[in-house]
Amino acid sequence: MHDFSGAFRLALELITSGDSTLVEIVLLSLRVSLSAVGIACLIGLPLGAAIAITRFRGRGATIVLLNTLMGLPPVTVGLLLYVLLSNAGPLGILSLLYTPTAMIIAQAVLVTPIIAALARQVIEDLHAEYDEQLRSLGVGKMQSIATLLWDGRYSLITVALAGFGRAIAEVGAVIIVGGNIERVTRVMTTAIALETSKGDLALALALGIILITLAIFVNAGVMALKATAARAAYA
Amino acid sequence: MHDMVRDVPCVLPAVTEPVRGLALSAKGLVFEARGRRLIDGIDLSLRDRAVTAIMGPNGAGKSLLLRLLHGLLKPTQGEILWNGQPADADMARRQAMVFQRPVLLRRSVAANIRYALQIHGLTPPERDRRLDTMLRVARLDHLAERPARVLSGGEQQRLALARALSTAPEILFLDEPTASLDPASTLAIEELLRQAQAGGTKLVLVTHDLGQAKRLAHEVVFLNRGRIAEHSAKDSFFAAPTSAPAQAFLDGRIVL
Repeated sequence: MHDFSGAFRLALELITSGDSTLVEIVLLSLRVSLSAVGIACLIGLPLGAAIAITRFRGRGATIVLLNTLMGLPPVTVGLLLYVLLSNAGPLGILSLLYTPTAMIIAQAVLVTPIIAALARQVIEDLHAEYDEQLRSLGVGKMQSIATLLWDGRYSLITVALAGFGRAIAEVGAVIIVGGNIERVTRVMTTAIALETSKGDLALALALGIILITLAIFVNAGVMALKATAARAAYA
Repeated sequence: MHDMVRDVPCVLPAVTEPVRGLALSAKGLVFEARGRRLIDGIDLSLRDRAVTAIMGPNGAGKSLLLRLLHGLLKPTQGEILWNGQPADADMARRQAMVFQRPVLLRRSVAANIRYALQIHGLTPPERDRRLDTMLRVARLDHLAERPARVLSGGEQQRLALARALSTAPEILFLDEPTASLDPASTLAIEELLRQAQAGGTKLVLVTHDLGQAKRLAHEVVFLNRGRIAEHSAKDSFFAAPTSAPAQAFLDGRIVL
């Protein structure tokens, strides 16, 4: 217990002194996860919207699949990407294994179904309200999707933040395709796993505190955004 | 406030197309949903430029008929003809509709109107000009930058109507546009409708409000159980309805 409080004090010192190792890890984490969420939004938002407003055979099955993929185990994604990206794999020629790019791809794969599935729900509700009006105005399908995405923007930002929460906290996929290489692919979660097993609790705790703080900020941001949207009756 | 409405000169964007003979007709219109026949063989041809009120008891199929005419629903049988032709993309652009509960985009008042103008492919300068006009005519200019959905019910419906009229439709469908509005808002809407009609837009209006039909309509289509019970000029409809359902309706009896 004495050890623990000592480690905690050390952790706070690391944070307040702006320890360079710590900062590097945090920045890489943010870079990887924000890029992954950006890519996931580019794919997932239009995909979710398209599924929301079109009727096609197998639509129900597609939605079930999408909802299932929301719970994709990160280690499985990591493993599949590892197989694809390893030197012997079909994408081995790209030499992406153990790079931040591989980690971004892994997290994008994890987060895209989350964004698509949540966006589908948001857009479907909005579509129920807008459908007749948009058809009456003579709005085409593509333009409908653009309109619905824009008018659902506040709800969709919270969707993106949910995706970011998943990406930044995930360890299984990035540790497999990133390899947790110091100063290259070490992010907060993989560092916590490593330092804990090494017994260096101070750095692990410092990173844990930052992760939780980040989570608090993200959720506070979501709430503030919802309040803003409600004031303008945009939610 | 009401006088202000009347003071506004008629500056709605005029219907410019040289189509003074736009005739809308329905032939053998049938609509079924879940095995029930809700519109049961409607033949109808509407007078050009006149204001047509569609009346009838609840569940008679008034809103359905309006949606079929506007093209929001596909008839199970029969067809809708515009000057003898089935509706095409061009015809869809020449009409507009206002719903009972206004559907406003989650944007500002001005952006709602600009959206419709953009969809209709107007050039940016023309868009600005129309927007200006519509905001003034609908007396929404002081609210232009407000989020549309924080407006009062009456203001929201004025905006929905202004948006519909901004594209200068040749025919405007209205589904109980004032059903949930206070008298002042209703008056403002009716004034706008009169201006639109004077500017050359044909109005097809579903209404429950006998007074509104008397004030605005030139002819009445009376529906009962998915069929046209009576289609006559306003004066003769209200003075001497010929069908039993219409007589019962005007007497205030429940029509079965």
